[in-house]
Amino acid sequence: MHDMSQQHAVHHGAPTSFISKHVFSLDHKVIGKQYYALALLAAVTGMFLSWLMRLHLGWGSLAIPGLHLLSKTGAPGDVMTPEYYLQLMTMHGTIMVFFVLTTAPFAAFGNFFLPIQTGAEDMPFPHFNMMSFWVTFVAFVVAVSSFFVSDGPTLGGWTQYAPLNAVGPAGGPGQGWGVVLWMAGIAIFCIGQLLGSLNFITTTLDMRCKGMSLMRLPLSAWGWFITSIMGLTAFAVLMPACILCILDHVAGTSFFVPSNTVINDQILPHSGGSTLLWQHLFWFFGHPEVYIAIVPGMGIVSHVLITNMRRPMLSHRVLIYSMGALAVLSYMVYGHHMFVSGMNPKSAIAFSFPTLVITIPSTIVVLIWLGSLYGSKLRINSASLFALGFISMFISGGVSGFFLAQPSIDIMLHATYFVVGHFHLVMGVAAMFGIFAGTYFWFPKMTGRMMNETLGKAHFWLSFIGAYCIFMPFHYLGIAGNVRRYQAFTDDYLVPLIPIHKFITVAAIFTGIVQLIFVYNLIYSRFAGERAPNDNPWEGTSLEWSTATPPPHNNFGDKMPVVYHDPYQYSVEGAQKDYIMQTSTETAHSPDEEK
Amino acid sequence: MATTVHEPPQVELERRPGQGKGGWRNLVPAGGDLRRVKDSSPAPASTGIWVGIAAITMTFAAFTSALVVRQGNARDWHHFSVPPVLYLNTLIIILSSLTLSLGQRRISQAMRSGKAQAGNPANWLYGTLALGLLFVAGQTYAWLELKAQGFGLASNVSYAFFYVLTVAHALHVFGGLGGLVRVIAKLRNSTLRRSTLDATVVYWHFMGALWIYLLFLLWMKL
Repeated sequence: MHDMSQQHAVHHGAPTSFISKHVFSLDHKVIGKQYYALALLAAVTGMFLSWLMRLHLGWGSLAIPGLHLLSKTGAPGDVMTPEYYLQLMTMHGTIMVFFVLTTAPFAAFGNFFLPIQTGAEDMPFPHFNMMSFWVTFVAFVVAVSSFFVSDGPTLGGWTQYAPLNAVGPAGGPGQGWGVVLWMAGIAIFCIGQLLGSLNFITTTLDMRCKGMSLMRLPLSAWGWFITSIMGLTAFAVLMPACILCILDHVAGTSFFVPSNTVINDQILPHSGGSTLLWQHLFWFFGHPEVYIAIVPGMGIVSHVLITNMRRPMLSHRVLIYSMGALAVLSYMVYGHHMFVSGMNPKSAIAFSFPTLVITIPSTIVVLIWLGSLYGSKLRINSASLFALGFISMFISGGVSGFFLAQPSIDIMLHATYFVVGHFHLVMGVAAMFGIFAGTYFWFPKMTGRMMNETLGKAHFWLSFIGAYCIFMPFHYLGIAGNVRRYQAFTDDYLVPLIPIHKFITVAAIFTGIVQLIFVYNLIYSRFAGERAPNDNPWEGTSLEWSTATPPPHNNFGDKMPVVYHDPYQYSVEGAQKDYIMQTSTETAHSPDEEK
Repeated sequence: MATTVHEPPQVELERRPGQGKGGWRNLVPAGGDLRRVKDSSPAPASTGIWVGIAAITMTFAAFTSALVVRQGNARDWHHFSVPPVLYLNTLIIILSSLTLSLGQRRISQAMRSGKAQAGNPANWLYGTLALGLLFVAGQTYAWLELKAQGFGLASNVSYAFFYVLTVAHALHVFGGLGGLVRVIAKLRNSTLRRSTLDATVVYWHFMGALWIYLLFLLWMKL
């Protein structure tokens, strides 16, 4: 009998067929690219939906040519109905949060680079890894398929609050099959993320190469590791919530629908359900989800900035501890989404306090970034520009979080455009900028070609201006009392705000078109871009830059890496170059190791 | 076909590079003195199973909190006694943990000594498999019994929770049964890793512990 216990993971051989190489691949790098492609498809879809919504908000009776092809009942005569606006809004939020902001920075880049940065040949459970992508793909198909059922997708918003999410077709268009498909899609998505998290955590803990202690991991790897722990605990809670809601629909149970719920003069047969129960289960996932979207970006941006600053962050450890603190605290603050749910004011204080506390690690992270940037000779390129843009968006969006953390102010601003502006900046645009930074930075390693820098810089500046033009006015709208999720503004106090909405719509369309520059750059550079001059075009130090470009099937060829240094040995006195790679045997002074 | 244990264990003094050499504070000094490197990382399967258990624990914690909140909120809660067959099922799943532990011990001894053991250690795994299937059959009997009494998912939310929790657990038990089948197949092919066996055993014990917790919860709340 063989005791094969000493062989930690038997790794798959190089694929031989097209299917095993490009479709059902076990290679983490291919899976990472698949996730990226899915996120790109989802981003284009989500952005298109936002254009339709914005056009409707600016010009309510506008006929959008061809809209009836998407839904005859939702857009008779190509004019959007109020219900269809809500359906598009729901799917915009769902697609962007789950299939873009979670998928791209975490699953796409993490899959491609975490094993390489840890010095592993692959993830320890490659079959689970392959399943995680295809399960996520099925989830996307299931969720989007709701566009093609009779009354379209659900209109309940990405938070899918009860009882609207559970009352069935009586709740309006899309509240029957639309909700069931949404819940099923998200439950399936949770399974995919759990499988992914399992691989990420195990890779980080068990697959590191010789010499790669946890503190020698790059900050990007730390971002993915922390996110995977959050994902493991958050998605494991959302999934049962979705299952219970599906049962309310298809099996006639009463988990979320209270007694005596009357819709259209009819009493629903459900009894005794708890509407707040859904909110608790959802937001226990929902708030960590904010950090699931942003922490990988924090890691990526730190990694990109350090490489371009040519010096490490002020404190590697404190940055890691702060990201960890964000992860822990994210579970303790979820109730701040429920200040107006009728909760006991003492409970509100209990959630308000950690919400204010969570600003401390956020602030520490920002101060480390700014302090490290101060006086540095930053190399300006597309990746570093988007990294700076990330910080800008994170600060701008984060500052409004201070206000919303306090119940007395939140009660006024809740469900207004102030909140929409806040989370779009801090979670949406910042995370997108993190994705862009990572793309421009790692594209040479992923493809062997460089992206066009001129187009990249144009993409940055136009996106940066465009994003602020869209989302800063949201804060003003919110303070002016403009409630969110209204499809038209007919009240006296809202009518004067319509020109602002028109401005935002123009900015949104402009910023959306600007993204075509990125898509063009991405596709053109993939096939005809300038070849990367060498394996390490940015003069980086971490392991992805010490292997071939693109990396071979087992990441490092015949010679597996051994790590001798902390991840960011830049501007080292007496070194042969201004950096020492982690795999270099060159001796360097390392204060961290001296401890 | 009987599985015999006759080959000596293969112990690798040097692991393949790039696999589990990182350790927790396992720094390699500049200059490359690799003699100082010690591997303290567990096998991925050993870590992975605990990560999986953490996720399953969170899922059942969510179900539990839903039950507690929903019951505390309800005036319509229908209390009922759980079907008696569940107590028999509890004995069965405890017994299955014992048989699996005995099988694990026999296989480990064979791996260490490299000698054939008296009897076939795989028989303990087959026994565990049979007990696991019996457990699922017993759970199915409980569902049918309740259904025959007219209590379905929609009868009352207390029944709904009963079905949800027990079916969710049974689905996870099916995962454990799949793991056992895999272990048996690898044992027959002499390709079984110790970490795979240990991970399967840990998962199976967890299924037993989870069931005892669920039975206590159902007994207390329903």
